[in-house]
Amino acid sequence: MEVLQLLVGGIASGCIYGLVALGFVLIYKASEGVNFAQGDMMMLGAFIALGFANTDQMGLPFGLAVLLAMATMFVIGYGIERTVVRQIFGQPQFALVILTIALGFVLRFVAGSIWGYTPLVLETPLAGRNLQFAGIVVSLSDIVTIIATLALTLLLWLFFAFSRLGLAAKASSQNQMAAYIVGIPVKRVHSLIWGLSGAVATVAGVLYASKGTIDPNIGLLGIKAFAAAVIGGMGSLPGALMGGILIGVVEPFASRYLPGEIGLMSPYIIMLFVLTTRPGGLFSQVRMKKV
Amino acid sequence: MRVVFKTSYDSDIDLHEHRGKRVVTGMLIAFMAALPFFVGDYYLAEATNTLIWALAGMGLMLLVGHSGQVSLGHAAFLAIGAYTDAVLMGAGVPFLIAFPLAGIITGLFGAFVAIPAVRLSGIYLAIATLALFVIIEECIILLAPITGGVGGIFAPAIEIFGVSFDRYAALSNFYWLVLGVVILVTWGYANAMRSATGRSFLAVRDSEVSARMLGINVTRTRSLAFGLSTGMTGLAGALMGHYIGFFNYELFSIFVSINLLLVVTIGGLGFIQGAFVGSILITVVPQLIAILRDTANASLGIDLSAIPGLDTMIFSVILIGFIIYEPSGLWGRWLKIRAWFELFPLARRDMFRRQKTYLKTERMR
Amino acid sequence: MSFLDIEDLAVHFGGVKAVDGVSFSVERGEVFSIIGPNGAGKSTIFNLISRLYRPTRGRIRFDGQDITELPAHRIAPLGIARTFQNIELFDHSTVLDNLLMGRHVHRTTNVFQDILFLPRVRREEREHRQRVEQVIEFLELEAYRKKTIAGLPYGIRKIVEVGRALALAPKLILLDEPASGLSVEESREVAFWIEDMRRDMGLTVLMVEHDMNLVAAVSDRVLALANGRPLAEGAPSEVQADPAVRAAYLGRREVAV
Repeated sequence: MEVLQLLVGGIASGCIYGLVALGFVLIYKASEGVNFAQGDMMMLGAFIALGFANTDQMGLPFGLAVLLAMATMFVIGYGIERTVVRQIFGQPQFALVILTIALGFVLRFVAGSIWGYTPLVLETPLAGRNLQFAGIVVSLSDIVTIIATLALTLLLWLFFAFSRLGLAAKASSQNQMAAYIVGIPVKRVHSLIWGLSGAVATVAGVLYASKGTIDPNIGLLGIKAFAAAVIGGMGSLPGALMGGILIGVVEPFASRYLPGEIGLMSPYIIMLFVLTTRPGGLFSQVRMKKV
Repeated sequence: MRVVFKTSYDSDIDLHEHRGKRVVTGMLIAFMAALPFFVGDYYLAEATNTLIWALAGMGLMLLVGHSGQVSLGHAAFLAIGAYTDAVLMGAGVPFLIAFPLAGIITGLFGAFVAIPAVRLSGIYLAIATLALFVIIEECIILLAPITGGVGGIFAPAIEIFGVSFDRYAALSNFYWLVLGVVILVTWGYANAMRSATGRSFLAVRDSEVSARMLGINVTRTRSLAFGLSTGMTGLAGALMGHYIGFFNYELFSIFVSINLLLVVTIGGLGFIQGAFVGSILITVVPQLIAILRDTANASLGIDLSAIPGLDTMIFSVILIGFIIYEPSGLWGRWLKIRAWFELFPLARRDMFRRQKTYLKTERMR
Repeated sequence: MSFLDIEDLAVHFGGVKAVDGVSFSVERGEVFSIIGPNGAGKSTIFNLISRLYRPTRGRIRFDGQDITELPAHRIAPLGIARTFQNIELFDHSTVLDNLLMGRHVHRTTNVFQDILFLPRVRREEREHRQRVEQVIEFLELEAYRKKTIAGLPYGIRKIVEVGRALALAPKLILLDEPASGLSVEESREVAFWIEDMRRDMGLTVLMVEHDMNLVAAVSDRVLALANGRPLAEGAPSEVQADPAVRAAYLGRREVAV
């Protein structure tokens, strides 16, 4: 029974890693850049939802608050791309790495200045409700997390496979020059994708907040989500989700059955193992430069 | 404008382009050596700290600026250097042996972990180093019997041939020791960069395919760069341990990695001088913020210390500004200003304009 | 056995047969050209010889040694240098440094000697520079010695790349479209260099080129490819006159009409 309990909890927290990882993958798919501030966007999204929903703040109905928070984060993501990231268009990849790390600190500062550094609780209708199946207790928020994640992944996958914007994003990542030539507004596509990944981050943030407290430093979860994205292969949406779930499941088991700090290290050990054996991730694409 | 006529290959190989630059370097070293005679202990300690940061910065510069590999986990190598040195000295090994060993062990460790890691391109390597950082941090806590775990470890006082180089008891001596190490390492770094070793780093950075076609073993070159880089960082870590005196794993947090990146990016990627400029900035700016905080508090009654994270925020904004407006950093900006004066009044506005490049994927599908 | 022997070489990318059963051999001191329409597999053959691609089947022998399985960085020390169709220079280094990087295979010092800059390193640096100056003189690059590649015009970069290959002091040089993107005068110069390389430096030249005037002017033998398969091989005039080659370039009459 204990195993099943750990498993369900692991899958649920894995889904949150997976959702943040989805944000990474979105931006990577569109621009081959990596947004190290993704975790902090998740944090900010959670706080904005809290600002809309909690009774001592604006006190809006929960569903409306989440939608508004998603919209706000879409605008913020779009705005970050427009004002900051676009400036370094065409610079080497690691410029974006450093830039987004710095951006993460800025976001953390903004959230800290508005909501303070003491942990807060987001009031959700999910909190404290448990379901019982055949002897195991499952919290409602875990179930919702899993369902919401699966739905969102499917939606995003469909988006990239079929929608015009999704295809344009894919094309512009593979060859910016060619994408320009065939008339794709590469820059606008990038802005929209950043907005989208902000909205996805908000969902992750809200689901994270439904399981406990939030403070401006929860963005560090981004590093773990990052491991998830790498394990799945940076360019693959289902891969990111699988990577997240893998980490989410291994972590509680390692903490439970292995000594000391191994549990904390496990995501990174798995990631390093995947990187050295299959550098492209478990869902890898062939990578080779053409000369 | 100074025109340098080269009359022999040696003048091209030389570290200094012309005699004027040699004089400047000599004067700078003389000034630094004389510093303990005309500044107080507080500023001398700050100067020591700056030099240690410059040493660590040079370590990262070699990696990021000259071999084109990003590490987000260099704090881990600072930690390895600091712990190796402290543990060895705690076991009774004299400083003169423990210190170089700290560099060598860190360097070997770096080169060893680099062998699988350097096969990864750009971003993946950055992520792998980040993961490595977390793992090493946890390992330090796990190895509590050796490292003192969460409690911390004490870096013994340095004594060479009976002379004390303790950071508190004999600060001037400690300063000179650090200065000597920094000068030696800088000299070795500059030498490496003007010979085949340095050229192979640049080759691997700019075009991997071409490098292979010229007979350069890319994997080996990259792990060599990693090893040298982490070796320098390890030396800096050992000195940092002595500078702090008593430390635990928290001294080497992720923020230290980020600060190191800040040093090399703001200083100027690809310039050894950049590491120095960057480390000056990173030690001076917090002082300025402190002064600003005090004046704001005294004259306006605004208590800025009530806003936590302001330092990091200001650093982040500076960093963003540099990446956007001056990717070649402070040293690159200085070179441009100098060129402008040398050419005056003939400098043209777009002399340094960068060529626009487009991203082409390295994926092939 | 010839200087360079290519035997039944093939490489398939998924279902695409980029090169499919090509054999030829190049004699020492010869200028050998490969021609063919776009996508015929010319550059792919170069990438196979320089071991950037792993062949699906076939053998490559150079100077009596089988190099089919060697790693890419082991090719240059054997004396094979190459240029690239789209120029792969070290953009942030000067022309001089780019050429010096070409001397890498002649390096005998190790990293520790370099760091201490022992007298031996200095001696070797002088020698590298002397050799590089000869290349600079040969290609008339004196004016650009200290210029960074990123600021140079296309034609000069193309020449610098040839210079980097020559600095290696190779036995065999692979030139991938040396005249593409050059003006008529510039490509005439290329013809002179190739002559000089062969006559004065004793090089063997393997070239991929579209400019038929250049090919006809310098080549001893020509191999025509289409769709990864050989069409014809022989003296330039023979290959040019070959009906299959004409058809591949111009299309068959019944299709053309």
